[in-house]
Parts: sequence; C-alpha cells; structure tokens
Amino acid sequence: MNSTTLATPSTATSDARPVHGRRRRSPGWFLISPSVTLLLIWMLVPLAMTVYFSVIRYNLLYPGERGFVGLENFHYFLTDAGFIPGMTNTLILVGGVLLISVVLGVLISALLEAAEFPGRGLVRVMLISPFFIMPTVSALIWKNLIFHPVSGVLAALWKFFGAQPVDWLAQHPMASIVIIVAWQWLPFAILILMTAMQSLDQEQKEAARLDGAGPLAIFWHLTLPHLARPIAVVVMIEMIFLLSVFAEIFTTTSGGPGYASTNLAYLIYTQALLQFDVGMASAGGLIAVVIANIAAILLVRMLGKNLTEKH
Amino acid sequence: MLTLKQSRRLNTLLVGGVSWIVALLLFFPIFWMVLTSFKTEIDAFATPPQLFFTPTLENYLHIQDRSGYFRFAWNSVVISFGATALGMLFAIPAAYSMAFFETKRTKGTLLWMLSTKMLPPVGVLVPIYLLAKQFGLLDTRTVLVIIYTLINLPIMVWMIYTYFRDIPRDILEAARMDGATTLQEMVKVLLPISKGGLASTMLLSLILCWNEAFWSLNLTSANAAPLTALIASYSSPEGLFWAKLSAVSTLACAPILIFGWISQKQLVRGLSFGAVK
Repeated sequence: MNSTTLATPSTATSDARPVHGRRRRSPGWFLISPSVTLLLIWMLVPLAMTVYFSVIRYNLLYPGERGFVGLENFHYFLTDAGFIPGMTNTLILVGGVLLISVVLGVLISALLEAAEFPGRGLVRVMLISPFFIMPTVSALIWKNLIFHPVSGVLAALWKFFGAQPVDWLAQHPMASIVIIVAWQWLPFAILILMTAMQSLDQEQKEAARLDGAGPLAIFWHLTLPHLARPIAVVVMIEMIFLLSVFAEIFTTTSGGPGYASTNLAYLIYTQALLQFDVGMASAGGLIAVVIANIAAILLVRMLGKNLTEKH
Repeated sequence: MLTLKQSRRLNTLLVGGVSWIVALLLFFPIFWMVLTSFKTEIDAFATPPQLFFTPTLENYLHIQDRSGYFRFAWNSVVISFGATALGMLFAIPAAYSMAFFETKRTKGTLLWMLSTKMLPPVGVLVPIYLLAKQFGLLDTRTVLVIIYTLINLPIMVWMIYTYFRDIPRDILEAARMDGATTLQEMVKVLLPISKGGLASTMLLSLILCWNEAFWSLNLTSANAAPLTALIASYSSPEGLFWAKLSAVSTLACAPILIFGWISQKQLVRGLSFGAVK
C-alpha cells in the first residue's frame, strides 16, 4: 500500500475499485449497509449500556443512589453464592447436552443409513420432531407427564419394576434438565448428520467393503472423517443456544432447589428482574458475554474457513 | 453359517428394529402429550397413567374461554410473520450484495454477522429491558418484532447468501445487458429463480420466532404475550391442568411440527449456514 491510497478518504474507496463493470457503481455497499448498521447498533448500544451499568451502583429499588463503584459489582457477582453453582451448571448443561447429542446423533444417523427398512421415512420424521417443539412446551410436558413423581410415566415404570418412584426434578434437578434439553437438541444433530451422511460416496463405501473392510472399519475410517465438518457445525450452533438456556429452567425448577439447577443465564435473570440489581446483573451479563466470546472465537476460527468456502 | 442373502435380511431386520425402538422412544413425549389432550383432567392425573380411556374433545372445545388461546396465538402469528417479513426486507439486499458484489471484506462481514449470534441474550437483558421500558415498549408486539428481526437477521442473510451464491452469474449479466436496474434485476430475475430458497428461509425464521422463549418471557406479560408465554403460565402450581395444558401445547406446536416435517431438507441448509446440504 502506498501513501496515495492511504491519503484517500474512505468514501472514495468504492470508486477506486472498478472491478464490477464501469457502467455503474457497485451497489454492494449501499445494499448491505442497512443490515450491517442494524446489527452494529444491536450489538454495540446494549453492550455499551451493560458496560456502563456494570461499574455503577444501580438498583431499581433505590432509584436515588447511583455512583461509580469501579469493579465492586464484579466482585459481588463473582463471590455471590450462586456464581460457582451457576458456572458449574452451565458447563454441565453445555457439555452434557453436546456429548449426548453428538455421540447419539452420530450413532442414530449411522444406524438409519445402515440399511433400507420399512417405514424409514416415518422413523426420520419421529426422530427429528422434538426439535420443533417450543421450549416451554417440552419443559412442561417432561415435568408433568414424564417426570412427575406420582402420575408421571417414569413413576409408573419404576413402580412396575417394584422400585420407589423418583422425584426427578427435586432430587436430580440438573440431570433432569440436561435430559429435557438434550431431548430437544439431539434431533437437531440427527437432522444435520443424517443429511450429511447421505452425501457420503456410496461407491467409496462399496469399494471399501469389497476390499474386506468390516462395517466398524468403514464407520471409523470413512463415515466419521466425512462427518467432521457437520459435527463442528452441530457443536457451534448448539453451543450458541445452550449457553443461554432459560425457558426450560424457568418453567421447571426455577433454578432450585437452592442453586442446584441455576445456570448463568438464570442467575443473571434473578438478579436483574427479581432483585432489581441492575449493576450486579450487568456485571454478570458481561461475564457471560466474555465466556461466550471465548467459545465463539475458538469456534469461528475453526469453522470460518469451512463455512465460506465454495464447494 | 448364514448365506449372504440371509445375513442381509437379518441386518435389515436388526437395523429396522432398533431404529423403530429409538424413534418411538424419542417421539413418546409428543405422542403422550397428544394423547393426554384427549383425556379428562381426572384421567390425565390418574395413577398409573392411562393408555386406554374414553376420549373427549372437551379440552379443545373450551380452549378459548379457559385460556384465551386465540389472543396468544394471534400474537404469535403477528410477531412471527412481522419479524420474518422485516427480516427478509433487510436480508435479501444484503445477501444479494454479498453474493454478487463480493469484495475482500465480504467474508469478514459474514463471519462478523454470525458472531453477533454469539452474544448471549442475558448479556443484554438489562439494557434491552430498560430501553423497552423507557420507550413504552414493554409488553408490546413491536418490541418482539424488532428483537426477533435482529436475532434472526444473521441466519437469514447467511441462508439467502448460500442460495444466491449457487445462481449462475450469467443470468444476471444477461439482465444487466438488457439494461435492467439493480431493483429490476432483483425483483424480476433473482427472486423468481430463488423463490424456493427464500421460502425455506422464511419458514426457518417463522419456526425460530414461533418457538423463541427468552425475550417473550422477559418482555411481555398480559397484552403481547405469545404462545410460549401462555404455556409458561401453566408452570405455576395453581395451573395444574394437564389435559388442558396438553391441548394448548398440541395446538401451539402442530403448525410448526408440520412446517418442520415438510421442509427438513431445506432447514438443514439454513441451520448449518450452508455447510451441509
């Protein structure tokens, strides 16, 4: 780059690149700016406000007191009784659901591709259906009809085998929530992986078989490498949603008992809208943003190339 | 020793059997929800749970006067369609520009758009809540339309971009030679060719809006609450009407389930940002 281009004001840069025909100016910049502007505002304004609120004392219950408090809110948030359980539960939820949906997702979609059998279309439809159920519905259906310790389906099953019915959401709140959320997201993994698997070269598979490779060897050396990219996609998309699971906790356990099923998202919600502590909730929100960004930077780096490549 | 044919058949039987069992297990909660919606409240709460019972339409017939279903459903419809239409209005030009007037910044912009999705909603819950309150937008459909447009915009741009990218440039060149303006080119050439892709983008946006349950629970109460919020209201202890809950849930989920079944293939493309087709 030489000094003349450096001196050029930014408005002239689009004219300076006469690549797309000289007949008229490229409409590219003009057409994309509304979306970019909107997203910039959406990203920056609330985030700037969150940063500002996080360093002042701001509680909606005491409107008079507002002053700069430095990092006090962060200190309070990080030492709050709910912080460690909140972090742990977020990790359990994200890790647990990712593990279940990727492992079972690969196995189930491989199973469906293993042979043509009667009713495969219907099986596919049934397998992906839970993904389309809204979170509040799936949470309440599981809570009332499946997990309920008296008239739930699992209670009946336990009694049938002579065991004491379990009050799932009270005794194993986090495991129960992982099951509910995994039930919603496993179908997503199946949907993506099943489609990806269909593009696997059948001739290659047949050739491997003729060379004497067993089904396990084919799965390990052929199918799994082919799935690397779709699996990465599943992990990325699910991560975005799993970091902020809210409705499922809100409608089932309300984060309890105690903090047993409070994740970071729910903890911030309780501080903001139940305790009205805007300052502390904002500090928590920023911490959530930082965590999400660490995950995001890693993932976007990993996936960025894959996604924009033409293929 | 089995012959090849026999072992093939055994294989099919085994694969089919296990697949069916897994599918039935995963589908069971939905099946049970639909079944419960035809029970009386007493049957719904019976121990052990009843598989056979006298079905009743009671829950569906009284869905309006018991929970005001249609007001919530209407809110869901207005919000989902509003946000989808608005999103398309912004996403189509952006995707068009990225697909056909690629610069060295295009890739970066696409990834940046994707990264805005990484911003967890709780990170901005407080300011959005306060801003909505400030502008008198709390508990209005407008605020949800705006937010849903913004949260789905990156996905819509990406999805339309992957469809546009596959269109041969010659077609557009030809139109341009005939003297078409940018707007004409978009409306008369591009939209007709890509209407399948645009339809599935809209479908995906509708599904995501319909099922969104963070902002709808936090920003609405009585007036603008969509179906997700109506159903959440059944979580309170005084709302233990399972048959009724099941009927409302079945009605709320049915349209989206059917949309999803019809468009599975296209949804994969949108949900994976074009990486899986």
